[in-house]
Order: sequence, then structure tokens, then C-alpha cells
Amino acid sequence: MNVAVAKTGGSRAVSDLFASAEGRLPGSPDVIALRREAFETYERLGLPHRRIEEWKYTDLRALIGEVLPLAAAPDAAALKRAAEAVKAHAIAGARKLVLVDGVFAADLSDVSALASEVSLKTLQEVLANEANAAAGDLLQTTATDAVISLNAAMATDGVVVSVADGTQLSAPIHIIHVATATGASAFTRSHLRIGKNVRATVVESFVAAGKTGGYQINDALILWVGDDADVAHIRLMDDAPDAANITSQFVTVGANVKFNFFNMTTGAAVSRLQGFITLAGEGSELSVNGVNLLQKTEHGDTTLVVDHAVPNCVSRETFRAVIDDRAHSVFQGRIIVRPDAQKTDGKMMTRALLLSDEAEADNKPELEIFADDVSCGHGATAGALDESLLFYLKARGLPEKQAQALLIQAFVGEAIEQIADDGLREHVIGIAERWLERRQ
Amino acid sequence: MALLEVKDLKVRVEEREILHGLTLTVNEGEIHAIMGPNGSGKSTLSHVIAGKPGYEVTDGQILFKGEDLLEMSPDERAAKGVFLAFQYPVEIPGVTTMNFLRTALNAQRKARGESELMVPDFLKKVREVSKSLNIPQDMLKRGVNVGFSGGEKKRNEVLQMALFEPSLCILDEMDSGLDIDALRIAADGVNALHSPKRAMVVITHYQRLLNYIVPDIVHVMSKGRVVKSGGKELALELEASGYAQFEDAA
Repeated sequence: MNVAVAKTGGSRAVSDLFASAEGRLPGSPDVIALRREAFETYERLGLPHRRIEEWKYTDLRALIGEVLPLAAAPDAAALKRAAEAVKAHAIAGARKLVLVDGVFAADLSDVSALASEVSLKTLQEVLANEANAAAGDLLQTTATDAVISLNAAMATDGVVVSVADGTQLSAPIHIIHVATATGASAFTRSHLRIGKNVRATVVESFVAAGKTGGYQINDALILWVGDDADVAHIRLMDDAPDAANITSQFVTVGANVKFNFFNMTTGAAVSRLQGFITLAGEGSELSVNGVNLLQKTEHGDTTLVVDHAVPNCVSRETFRAVIDDRAHSVFQGRIIVRPDAQKTDGKMMTRALLLSDEAEADNKPELEIFADDVSCGHGATAGALDESLLFYLKARGLPEKQAQALLIQAFVGEAIEQIADDGLREHVIGIAERWLERRQ
Repeated sequence: MALLEVKDLKVRVEEREILHGLTLTVNEGEIHAIMGPNGSGKSTLSHVIAGKPGYEVTDGQILFKGEDLLEMSPDERAAKGVFLAFQYPVEIPGVTTMNFLRTALNAQRKARGESELMVPDFLKKVREVSKSLNIPQDMLKRGVNVGFSGGEKKRNEVLQMALFEPSLCILDEMDSGLDIDALRIAADGVNALHSPKRAMVVITHYQRLLNYIVPDIVHVMSKGRVVKSGGKELALELEASGYAQFEDAA
């Protein structure tokens, strides 16, 4: 089979995908027209492949091949299974917002417990009821990234949250994506508008209900952080071991903000988190941290673009990848410093720990600096566990696997320690520990 | 029964034989000193007993409480009661000393079929021992040996010895890099742990350490063998006349 035939076949499948989903996609005729346009962009580009620079390490044509049909809206049985998964992954004290197979599940969510300063709508109701201008805003896309266009075309639901200026949220908002449909795909798009001088924590979890597997997630998050806000954003992707998760995040950060992002990837056969963070106001501090824990033949890609659009901002990126068996971890980090973004201080450090001879790490740091008075840097390392440390621990009575586990925990600790909240940090450590137990 | 029996041990490192048939017997409660010039194989012996990878035993055997030590992994040896105090204790950033101590102690107890030590009991024990060794509590909250001085690292080794209660302690060049005050604190810690059931093997280049930890038996090693054994006066003799006579003899 030659390439041209393969592409034609792929496109036809995609058209069927949209046609069969149309009745499920909320929006006025104008919104549907926008979706169709996004879909045509996707059709034209097809799934990203290795000849597209941004995707060269994550060839979705090779890794997932095709986009699966849209998951059915969850029925009572699916919601019941989802409820168990929600219970297992809940964080004490957090306010849950649950999406099951791409649809908001009010009964599983803590809607009435949300603080009065927090407004919640679903993407579905906004697209169905509000002015079309707002819809265009919600379904924004880029001309060049097929998975983002596909998300705009196919998003069935999501949460649209805004937190009023000056709010100090004591309870984290916890968005939980649950998959219950094996062999189907779910498309979600959420919007978070964090007001000025707000203090808030947002956690996102991606999980499977029971033995659900072989599904695909395509999520998009659009987040605005108002001036003087202090926001922690934690994303925990623990999808089924044979699932795929492609997530795109667009973050716009105002002035004098403290924004702390942490991602941990412990699931999915194929995953990509692509984050586009723009520092749009002066005096802000951005901390972006992540841990990839990969085993078997898992492929985990973290791609980040940090855009210093204004002067006097600080950005720090700390990434750790632990790669076992034949797994493959990708880190692409680009720091852009715009011409007038003087006094920018941007640093990025990524380290990979290879636990087997066949494990693979690809690091691609890029600095694009157009200002002349900046301090920017990056570093990358890859290596095995230190034999002398392992022997020391074994000589003190730790069996091999336990000694390795302790050193792996220490290795990822530097990224996890960036989570300020004790309870959430413990929660994240717990997920990492369970991953380590699966290894043993 | 002897606690440790090393019989005619031959050890290679990368094709080069380092120990050429070493024999050594240590009984319960005894303090042995192993002295010798650099390159005589002292540290190799301690590493082979602890199970460090990279050493090939080509002949001979090591029995510990009558069992074949060479068949055991390093962690099994530790659980059986073998403890090596490292010449250069490693730094482990990101693992707090407290977490390390508790994980190691419980791993050893588990291997022996004992229950895990409850946290309050563990904390009480650590507090008592660290106080006697003059180890501040905040040091225990830091990464293992990270930012510790040479003396602090050696005290941390003694702390582990006290906590794990091994029956055989091998001290590999404990005096290296320590000033007299640091040496005295570490040696006092070791002496406090000496008991009729617990044996010590003190490996050292210099006689100085043996002023603080007084041996029952002194062995002189040269070129991969024990060439002379005697009482503590042998150490003083060595101090006066040096190792040269034994190098010729070997």
C-alpha cells in the first residue's frame, strides 16, 4: 500500500466520523459551520506524523493509526461504573466536576458544593444557548495542528468555569475525566477563567472505569489566569495502559501572577500533553513541572511552549522521566522571548532515568530569544540508576527492586516537591508509588 | 561455632587476582583489626563479605553462622546480620535519612520474618541513638548524607549500626578523613555497641584508630593474604617498624 492510498483511506474514515457524530455535537447552525471548518482543516492535515517537525517523535499515524468512533453518551450503567472510578480517584475536600466519556455528569459532580464565587456551565449549554461570538471563542483552534482542529470539531462537552475576582478558594476544583467506553473516543474542551487576585487550585485526573481500555481521549483546556492570582494546576493522567490521551492546553497568564503547573503521566499506551503558555503580564512567576513514569511499550510526550511576551517574568521548567522496558519518553521544550521581553529569566531542566537498555528518551530543548537582556538556559541528562547508591541501599537490607524504587522516588521527588499543598503532594506520591508497585 | 569463617578465599577483579587464598576466623564478641599497606586487599575483603558486585570469587568460601554467605544477595546478608560501615558513605539526595532508616530496618525485619517496627517505637529508638552519637534531629530530615561533613557521615554509619543491631560489623577505614574529635565520637559509638554477641572487624591503615577501638586480635595483610596475626601489641610493633618487613615476607 502506498502513502496516497493510505491517506485517502484515512480521510474517508474521518468523514464518516464527523457525519456520524453530528447529531451529538452541540451548537447552533453557525457553531456547526465552525466545527465543519475545523474538521476540514483536520481532514486536510490528517493525523500528525513524523515529517511534521512538532510531532517528529510522536507519529500518531504510526502510534494510533486511526481515530476511533465517538463514544456513546453514558447510560445509567456507564455512570454507575464511572461513580466507582470517581470514588477511587477522589481527593479529600476537593470539589469534583466529572466528565464521563466526554459528557458532563452532574450527578457525580459537586455542583451545589461549589463556592458562590465559582460559576459553572457546561460547554454543551454554552454552545447551545449563548451568542455565536462566544462560541467562536470557545472553539478556537490553530491552522496548523490537526489534533486541536479535530478537538474543536468533535468536542461533545466540557466545563466552563469562572472564578470571580478576589476569591480565595479553600477547596481545589477537581475535574475528573472517566472513560467507560472501550474502543471509542471522547473529545472534551474546558475553559477556566481565573479572576484577578484569586487563589485557587485546579486538579485534573484522567482515569478509566474498571477494565475499560483501548479508548482515545482528545482534550483541550483553555485557561486564563488574572493579574495577581496565585494558581496551582495539577494534571494527573492515569488512563488505561492501552488507551491514548492527546491533550492540548492554552494558558494565558496575567501580571504579577504565581502559576504553578504539575503534570504526571502514569498511564496510556500513547500520550501527548502539549502546553502553550503565554506570559502576557509583567512580573509573573511560572513554574512548570512534570513527571513521566513509563513502562512496557508506552510512549509519553510532553511538549511545551513558554512564550515570554512581556518583560520581567520568570519561568522554571523541571521535568523527570523514568523509562522502563521499551518505553519512550519525549520532552520538547521551547522558550520564546519576544523582542521587548527584557529581563526575562527562563530556565528548563529535563532528566531521564533509563531503567532498561531498550528504554528511549528524546529531549528537544529550543530557545528562541529576540531580546538582548535576558537570562535563559536549558539542560538535559539521561542515564541509568547509580550502581554505588544501589549497592549502599542493598547493603542496608533493601532488596533490589525496593532499592530501585527508593532511588526512583528520589529522582522524581524534585519535580513533585514543587507541589506546595501537602495533601495533594501526598496524593501524587501515592500514584507514583502505585506505579512503582506495578513494576515489581 | 565461629561467626565468620573465611577459608582460602581467592578473588579476582577484572582478571587480576587481588586475594590469593585468605583465611580468617572471627568468633562472637571478638574485635579484630586488619591492617596492611594500600593495595593489600583489605577493602576488597570487606566488599566481598558485603556482596558488592564486580568481584569474582574463584576459590574458597565464606561462612557466616555456618551458612554460605557467597550464595546470598547483599540485602540477605544484611538481614542475617552483616553490616559494612563504608569508607566513603554515599550521598542520596531526595531520600531523607529518616525514611531511609525506617525502610531499611523494616526490610531487614521483613526478611527475618519479624513484624515491622511501629512508628513511635522506631522514632524513640532513633532519637535515643542519635542523641548518644551527637547527631542533631534536623540532620535526619535531610537527604541521606547530603551536605554532611566527613565526621557526620561516619556517625551516620554508626547510627545505622546501632539501629540495625548486626552481629558482625566491618568498619572499612573508619578513620579516613576524620580529625581526632570526630574520630573519638565515632569510636565511642562503636565501643558502646560492642557486646559478647557482636563481633567487629576494624580495617585500617593506621594504628591511630586502635587507640580508641582496642582489638583482641590484629592481622597483617599483605599482597592478598594474612601474613601475620597476633595480639594488640602487633599494631604497636607495626607503628614502629612499618609494613615493609611483611611485604618482603609475602
